[in-house]
Amino acid sequence: MSSVKVALKDPYTEKRIFTARLIVAGIFIGVSMLLLVVRYFSLQIVEHDVYRTQSDRNRVQLQPVPPKRGLIYDRNGILLAENLPSYSLTIVKERVEDLDQTLSLLQELIDIDEEQVTKFNRLLRHRRPYAAVPLKLQLSEEEIAVISVNRYRLPGVEVNAELARHYPQGELFAHVLGYVGSINEHEQFTIDEVNYSGTNEIGKSGIEKYYEEALHGNVGYQNVETNARGRVLRVLERTNPEPGKNLTLHLDAHVQQIAHEALGDERGAVVAIDTRTGGVIAMVSTPSFDANLFVGGISSRDYGALRDSPDLPLFNRALQGQYPPGSTVKPIFGLAGLYYEVFTPETKVRDPGWYQLPNDDRLYRDWTWKLRKTGHGEFVSLKQAIAESCDTYFWELSYQLGIDRIHEFSSQFGFGSQTGVDSTSERSGLMPSREWKRIYKRLPWFPGETLNVGIGQGYMLATPMQLASATAVIANRGKHFTPQILKQRDDEMVPVPEQPVIEVSDKHWDAVIEGMMEVVHGIRGSANMIRQGAQYKMAGKTGTAQVISIAQDEEYDAEQIAKRKRDHALFVGFAPLENPKIAVAAIIENGEKSGRAASVVRKVFDAYLLDQSMLHDAPSKQPTSVSNIAANMMVDTAL
Amino acid sequence: MSHSDFVRQMPSQSSDFVRGESFWRRLHIDPWLLLLLLLLTSFGLVVLYSASGQSTGAVVRQGRFLIIAYTAMLIIAQVDVKRIRRLAPIAYIAGLLLLLAVPLFGVSAKGAQRWLSLGGFRFQPSEIMKLVVPMAMAWYFSSRVLPPRFRYIVISLLIVFIPAGLIARQPDLGTSILIAASGLFVLFMAGISWRYIFSALALLAVSIYPIWQFLLLDYQRQRVLTLLDPESDKLGAGWNIIQSKTAIGSGGWEGKGWLNGTQSQLDFLPESHTDFIIAVLAEEWGLRGVLLLMLVYLAVIVRGLWIGFNAQHTFGRLLAASITLTFLVYVFVNMGMVSGLLPVVGVPLPLVSQGGTSLVTLLGGFGLLMAISTEKKMLNQ
Repeated sequence: MSSVKVALKDPYTEKRIFTARLIVAGIFIGVSMLLLVVRYFSLQIVEHDVYRTQSDRNRVQLQPVPPKRGLIYDRNGILLAENLPSYSLTIVKERVEDLDQTLSLLQELIDIDEEQVTKFNRLLRHRRPYAAVPLKLQLSEEEIAVISVNRYRLPGVEVNAELARHYPQGELFAHVLGYVGSINEHEQFTIDEVNYSGTNEIGKSGIEKYYEEALHGNVGYQNVETNARGRVLRVLERTNPEPGKNLTLHLDAHVQQIAHEALGDERGAVVAIDTRTGGVIAMVSTPSFDANLFVGGISSRDYGALRDSPDLPLFNRALQGQYPPGSTVKPIFGLAGLYYEVFTPETKVRDPGWYQLPNDDRLYRDWTWKLRKTGHGEFVSLKQAIAESCDTYFWELSYQLGIDRIHEFSSQFGFGSQTGVDSTSERSGLMPSREWKRIYKRLPWFPGETLNVGIGQGYMLATPMQLASATAVIANRGKHFTPQILKQRDDEMVPVPEQPVIEVSDKHWDAVIEGMMEVVHGIRGSANMIRQGAQYKMAGKTGTAQVISIAQDEEYDAEQIAKRKRDHALFVGFAPLENPKIAVAAIIENGEKSGRAASVVRKVFDAYLLDQSMLHDAPSKQPTSVSNIAANMMVDTAL
Repeated sequence: MSHSDFVRQMPSQSSDFVRGESFWRRLHIDPWLLLLLLLLTSFGLVVLYSASGQSTGAVVRQGRFLIIAYTAMLIIAQVDVKRIRRLAPIAYIAGLLLLLAVPLFGVSAKGAQRWLSLGGFRFQPSEIMKLVVPMAMAWYFSSRVLPPRFRYIVISLLIVFIPAGLIARQPDLGTSILIAASGLFVLFMAGISWRYIFSALALLAVSIYPIWQFLLLDYQRQRVLTLLDPESDKLGAGWNIIQSKTAIGSGGWEGKGWLNGTQSQLDFLPESHTDFIIAVLAEEWGLRGVLLLMLVYLAVIVRGLWIGFNAQHTFGRLLAASITLTFLVYVFVNMGMVSGLLPVVGVPLPLVSQGGTSLVTLLGGFGLLMAISTEKKMLNQ
């Protein structure tokens, strides 16, 4: 045919060729179909078991169910820490077509800063496949609405509901309650990994940390059927978590608030203790911070501002602030004098306005030196020495007592060691001794140092908590509770531990307490300005603590000393005098005049003693747990 | 130059058959083919209901497309084969122009530009080419002496690869492969010499490396690599294959039962209602269901080839065989890719996967088959 120039179409040839090719095609079809059959047979029959296992593993997943964190109430049932539903914006990367585009679209829609994007990108690198990575926490209602409306443009973007810790009282309880935050690497080692498998946050300080175990509860489990996106479709089996215990504290939100307001803009601390129970009524440190900032991770800008503030808002002055107690410890040293029978209540000391040790040129000037050069008088008794805060009396007393007995006696009141209050990072202050000085200073004890300690200066340091606790011991005439913030765990009362009773005769207690009463109610009492309008009698002691030491012959002139170098103002006291209910210690850093600390204490007394009856008559402030129930339901359904 | 005047007509081999089926012939319907197609499409709806997450909406939408597609099939079946043959080159030129228009005026979606929008109606010119290319090829060879000479082979290859190349660049590898296959099947059935076939295969083997290096896009390369080792990218490109294999394998012989496939119902399986629907079927109906489906497919193919075998003209023969064999390619590529035998290219499971355009093209093709099968026999004229 190829030789023919114009070939003719031959239907028979074409049909023959077609038929031949049809046979080849038939073989081709047969082979194709056979290949498929072999392939499906090997998958479905030969390897069936392998894939069945894989398929089961795919859909059934064991998930931890985090327990609900316990709530915290004050003594009157006012809610201090709760769990609120919180909405977070999460992204499942696998479901997003263009991550950069999605992120920039989200940034157009809602407020997302670069820091959040950076954090998101970091989390993105360390996540399980198909896991939702949070981009922004605590969405506002408005933001949720904006995202919902634009949902069709945002595949892979989800709004998740969860419970987040919330402190309704804001900065009022920040130091005492502490706060929760994300579990860090260090904590990862110490926690029970199983129990925390569903938990993201852990108590970082204060009550939240101290009672972490009780508040956290125990994890539950559920076997769930999930889809490829990890979304739970059905719960197959569930072991409920055991919720954390609700804590009721001895704290009184009203007193706490009054104390906080009384300190105002000053840097300072107030600790109030219920003398009858040892319960901590108030523990304030100012300036404070909003603990809610820490929940879900604090931004580095916010944290930087708190950390770098010269006022140290993160510093819990009530437990961590170690100050020279100044004259506030004089009643205890006076008691020591009586106890060791160095002095009697009637012993008189001559005060020319200064004191001098034998064989020592140095003049120790009484604090009255700058006012008058005559001292407190010819015959200063213990009562007057406490009421007027006579330094010369206590110099003589401490000289005669010696540092060993001062150390021994005042240690019983808790100085120099942690009070053992149920909170974190409590400091122990310092009650110096010969031994301490030999070990830490590698020097012998000098008699002059005893004089400094004798008026609460020198090496001696105490925390406001120690001062309040010691004052409570005086009010209780030796009965010594370990201060405790926790009152009740769920419905179970938690007893306050007691320490050995300090055995001092009633006569001696009377003498010291009478002196302290004179401080407030005496004509020449150093804090008698606070007695005005009082419906009850009080006992107390003022104190000023030098921040800088004053050289010999140098006049102390507050005007010329920068505010930060001024004396700290302190006051300790208890009330009512006859039947003490509350003991308070207050410090105002660089407050200069102890009367200012005294007036803070008076306000705290009033708040507790006078308003208490009103509070009991007022309608019960039991918190409505509706929000919590709703929140729980939400989390359940979200899972 | 047309050779049609010289063509000798063949005597009818089955005049009895023709008389017995005169009712269907008048309607221009091939009853066997119609029955098989109805069987396939209704089974497809049942599987789709499960695969779409029990969405009645998806089934109704697919049903609507089926009505349109069957109508198109019946309309095409009415057209005289001679007219189809005359229209083939015109349709080819028009289709080619539409394809060229896509990069200029087309609409993009999912990273590919495949759609043209005409008066609010969106369509893919590449889908039309699935029918037009074999038509044009059959037209071309119907007037040439067979087996084709080298010159004609070269020209026919241009007819095939110009549109196939344009579509591959959209990019739409799946459609491109189907179109190239449909054209090459015509060439094969036209009797291209084995010498050429083996030479071409040898050439292909040599050119695999340059194709891999320069022609394939990253994602296409990735698909091939993933196929060779799906475990290498478990949660990325390998996810689809791993999940579909798990779905198929866990189905076993009996299957997990309709609507009970965990892989598909729990959303593990991507594209479960479109390209990967066979995995849903395999999981829920087991190997039994798969074999049943393949049996129906095989019956359709056998019937299609039978129609080609009995066609009056070379044109009808070549076209029928090409359409039928392309249908096989659909089945093989889809079932092969979902089971991890072939790379994942976008080829739907014919008449079962969701998707209106592919239904219309496929049933349109069967319309052509029916037109060929019911063509009036020359001797009866």
